[in-house]
Amino acid sequence: MFKQNYTEKQLKKIANSVRQDIVKMLVKAGSGHSAGPLGMADVFTALYFAVMRHDPKKPNWKDRDRLVLSCGHIAPVLYAVLSRCGYFPRKELWTLRKLGTRLQGHPHNLALPGVENSSGPLGQGLSQAAGMALAALMDGASWRVYCVMSDGEQQEGQIWEAAMFAAKNRLYNLTALMDRNNIQIDGFTEDVMPLEPLRDKYEAFGWHVLEVDGHNIEAIIDACHEAEAIYEKPTLIICHTIPGKGVHFMERDFNWHGKPPKKEEAKHALRHLRSMEGRIVCGDSE
Amino acid sequence: MLNKKAYLNPKLFSKNIEMEPTRNGYGRGLVEAGKRDKNVVVLCCDLKDSTRSKMFEDKFPDRFVEIGVAEQNMAGIAAGMSFAGKIPFISSYAVFSPGRNWDQIRVSICYSNANVKIAGAHSGISVGPDGATHQALEDIAITRVLPNMTVIAPCDSIETAKATVAAAKIKGPVYIRFAREKTPIITTPKTPFKIGKAVVYREGGDVSIIACGPLVYEALAAAEHLYKKYKIDCEVINSHTIKPLDEKTILRSAKKTGAVVTVEEHQMAGGLGGAIAEFLSREYPVYIERVGVEDTFGESGTPDELLKEYKLNRDAVVEKVKSIIKLK
Repeated sequence: MFKQNYTEKQLKKIANSVRQDIVKMLVKAGSGHSAGPLGMADVFTALYFAVMRHDPKKPNWKDRDRLVLSCGHIAPVLYAVLSRCGYFPRKELWTLRKLGTRLQGHPHNLALPGVENSSGPLGQGLSQAAGMALAALMDGASWRVYCVMSDGEQQEGQIWEAAMFAAKNRLYNLTALMDRNNIQIDGFTEDVMPLEPLRDKYEAFGWHVLEVDGHNIEAIIDACHEAEAIYEKPTLIICHTIPGKGVHFMERDFNWHGKPPKKEEAKHALRHLRSMEGRIVCGDSE
Repeated sequence: MLNKKAYLNPKLFSKNIEMEPTRNGYGRGLVEAGKRDKNVVVLCCDLKDSTRSKMFEDKFPDRFVEIGVAEQNMAGIAAGMSFAGKIPFISSYAVFSPGRNWDQIRVSICYSNANVKIAGAHSGISVGPDGATHQALEDIAITRVLPNMTVIAPCDSIETAKATVAAAKIKGPVYIRFAREKTPIITTPKTPFKIGKAVVYREGGDVSIIACGPLVYEALAAAEHLYKKYKIDCEVINSHTIKPLDEKTILRSAKKTGAVVTVEEHQMAGGLGGAIAEFLSREYPVYIERVGVEDTFGESGTPDELLKEYKLNRDAVVEKVKSIIKLK
């Protein structure tokens, strides 16, 4: 299994490197989404470097924990973290979105080791994750399923179909993590189509709900551990994040949802990220 | 004359031919597939009686998953279960699945080549009194355009059971459509069935009638009538698999007769007739006539009334054969 005894400081450094890789990937690709991947770098680092049982040398290991990415457009953060774990060479990151690449614009499980599902059209991942979790329970297997979804995709009806299903079947081996960054392509979620009160909604649907600062790696890990201890219910961890986190001119600006930085912007962003080392401050997101 | 090697029902043209809905074959096929492989699971959207998936539930309650009225979720759940080694069959009416969850079938299932079998019940216009909303006339078109997908329309309950068992054995997504009403039992357990292999049921040299689904019976009845009354000798082929099309068998027959009539309970656009026209126009252009629904919705009525009204019965096949033979 993958070595996971990292200190908090090391994890923060990894997350920072992941952010740098995301900026480089996007500028080389010339298209893609910036805000979501940067905002979720800490959550993905926590999951792959501290929470999930997995083995990059054996991507099809039967008893691995699975991560289902529902909001496929944040693929760059998944790719950056998978590569840093050792699923594929880092230099392949620079092929993102290019003809013949294994790093498709939206993730494809048949293309790249470590990718568990295909997604892009929103709202489908929670169903896939619930199906996996049910199959694991049917087989008496102990692996867990983590489903990362966006806040905007909560507007899709299928999410709530899946939420009902997971509660009915008491999928305690399913942990969903929602990137609550408050933005979507057309603006702020509460302007486009209000989602709140999200916590109440999921609780009413029969879920155990936790809320964390999505840039506090320790808190994310603790929440995942708490979810593992909850039987009888699936758990949702609402991760309050800042879109574009780590690149100050992108932060909180929905205009960065679906575009990559230009070369000069990327240089600026990388300089800034390098100067931060492992520091990500997020006192005001809750 | 009838192909003896097809081992068709000896009572084929007698008045007391046995009748059974093809969906019954689905129920029996599920139980058989479930016996053969413990990974077979069945998912249902609140229609276990009418899709006959209840037969599986009665036998294997722990492998039956009730989803409720949520076809999109069902497709996604099935994809997830298949990633964990299960062989899910998802059952609903064809208008809902693949009708309503096409994007989930496309992305969650087909793109990942997920090992999910989609069973669309109540296909065709013969659903009857429920009317247009419940009559799936587009399902073959929307499934056969999806990469990785296999599409099967069995002709009777026996063939539906065989198709269900066979679908569980191949890897990747399969769509099987079946019907609500009782239809004649054309085949016997000995009749050959292999996914992707069309079967010549009647040999003839004048016109090739290529059909799928329960209308294979109408095609056979039309051929019988045409021969008795006009000495027009038709070949009748059951092309139960629309994708992958059995190009070899179809090409051989088209070369022999030079005229093809396709028959299906589906829109003329995009179905079996469309698939055959696409293929033959490229490989060996011949005259083609299609029996199918002409770009319109159905309506309420009895199955027989509807097949007559929408020109899908044996009389319609006879008319198309007579008109195509004039072109030859």
